[in-house]
Amino acid sequence: MSLKEFVQELRKRKEIAQSGGGEEAIQKQMAMGKLTARQRITSILDKNSFQEYDMFVEHVARDFDMEKKTLHGDGVIIGTGTIYGAHVCIYAQDFTVAGGSLGLMHSRKICKIMDHALKMRVPLIGINDSGGARIQEGVNSLAGYGEIFYRNTMSSGVIPQISVILGPCAGGAVYSPALTDFVFVVDNISKMFITGPSVIKTVLGEDYSMEEVGGATVHCEISGNAHFFAKSEEECFEQIKNLIKYIPRNNTTKAKAIEPKKPNYPKKLDSIVPSDPKQPYDMRELIKSVTDASDFFEIMEMFAPNIIIGFGRMNGETVGFVANQPMVLAGVLDCDSSDKAARFIRFCDCFNIPIVTLEDMPGYLPGIDQEHMGVIRHGAKVLYAYCEATVPKITVIVRKAYGGGYIAMNSRHMRADFVFAWPTAEIAVMGPEGAASIVFKKEIESAVDPEAMRQSKIKEYREKFANPYVAAAKGYVDEVIEPSETRSRLLHALEVSKDKFAYRPEKKHGNEPF
Amino acid sequence: MDKEEYQIFRVYIAEYKTLLTNKFRNRKKWTPPNKNHLLAVIPGTILEILVKEKERKKAGETLLILEAMKMANRIIMPFDGMVTKINVRVGETVAKHHLMIEVEPAKT
Repeated sequence: MSLKEFVQELRKRKEIAQSGGGEEAIQKQMAMGKLTARQRITSILDKNSFQEYDMFVEHVARDFDMEKKTLHGDGVIIGTGTIYGAHVCIYAQDFTVAGGSLGLMHSRKICKIMDHALKMRVPLIGINDSGGARIQEGVNSLAGYGEIFYRNTMSSGVIPQISVILGPCAGGAVYSPALTDFVFVVDNISKMFITGPSVIKTVLGEDYSMEEVGGATVHCEISGNAHFFAKSEEECFEQIKNLIKYIPRNNTTKAKAIEPKKPNYPKKLDSIVPSDPKQPYDMRELIKSVTDASDFFEIMEMFAPNIIIGFGRMNGETVGFVANQPMVLAGVLDCDSSDKAARFIRFCDCFNIPIVTLEDMPGYLPGIDQEHMGVIRHGAKVLYAYCEATVPKITVIVRKAYGGGYIAMNSRHMRADFVFAWPTAEIAVMGPEGAASIVFKKEIESAVDPEAMRQSKIKEYREKFANPYVAAAKGYVDEVIEPSETRSRLLHALEVSKDKFAYRPEKKHGNEPF
Repeated sequence: MDKEEYQIFRVYIAEYKTLLTNKFRNRKKWTPPNKNHLLAVIPGTILEILVKEKERKKAGETLLILEAMKMANRIIMPFDGMVTKINVRVGETVAKHHLMIEVEPAKT
């Protein structure tokens, strides 16, 4: 054979391997409104940057007549490529090949690219579209999942891990995404659950659709398992590419800085926040008034919207924002908002992203349902995450900062590097109404007109204690600033904190209230 | 969410104008458990009923078998007393928190 013939043979083999599950299966995939695994990879990565590995891998199953079946690439595509020039490792399960089911060699391919990502210290993107374990391969399939979970855990905090759910992801398979940093879902395409509708039907006799049990909306709004919601695969890919721009490739580097820009938000900082602490406003406006180009990349927009998390840039560098949202549930801390904030704080701390906290919250959500759901242990996660974080931590108290919530939201005592307060800040053990009713109980009860006395005592308490100056007098607040100074103060604080080093006692790891 | 009206929301004693989330609105109201009601703690199928209404039972005696998660779970009498009402049949699938049997403690 001539060299040319050898090359032709190779090309022929590649063409066959790349055909996936064949034309019919691909048509079926398209009919479901889904792209193929290969299209997905090339849509996410820079043009022509994808380099594939393990294309010729074959399954090794020998039971149930499996030896007679050929599964191209064993139902998964792995490789490396770039996004805006940044290297990433990627895998995509191919639903057209045996329903993307996970067998031994399928899992080995995923593990190979995961090992590569960890070794080369580049982000990992996993595209999930699989019917689950390949039943014919039995315990080997389960072993495969276990190996993936182990690698997810080892990579956690070293490289950013991104999961994209573009099809079913059921049973044990859901735990790989759950272990990763960010989960992307697409409306009507993504389905995640431990027990699907058929199991629920068998056990309970109750009929639910896949969408109701574990669709994109469910995971973005109710369960909090997913971080990004998209209406189409294309929109989802744009979100992934956007995220990659904000985060570093591993825990030893910083996110790539871009050209600094001034905010261009049309509203002035001092016109956004009503001075009456009971009036709502959209905290996102405040964030956009301080970030470069008024850009804010929000994460988990639909879940626990009473707290806002996301990335923006200041002086060209990525900053993580954690901010109470007075517009929803008065911005209270509760089980869900605590979980949401705590995990984000830990991501920022893992990957050298400074955290700016914007505070306006009346405390924890009262209610027996919250208490029974464990608001104590969920709320403790926020405290733990802030205390533990060694990245630069800056707090701006905008209005309400009451009670335990004030302490939790990156107060001086959680080791905030800088605490600024607006003159509208009310830093107190509780709201003036509650505090006055307790402190002046006797005076109010014995008054001729108790309600008038109560109002006058509330006013008295507000003037004396519900302001930033009591905390500033103790040094708990570093400086009371004018709203219009917020950006310049933040920029300076971030600049000063660039080489921050914070000592933490040596330990294997803490025992955080998971 | 943007189209809905701001609501008055109480946190402790103060009232704030704010929006509510669907999850908050749909939250379940908690009621204290009735110790005379034996509820299914897990969804499953009634495999066997070992008692009749008005029958007296001692604490720890098996009342019925609830098959769930491939396990025949024994539902036992929580205290000495009487079975007052049986709300399930053999073969019935029950959801979590389904009221299976009502009992009352023996008068001392």
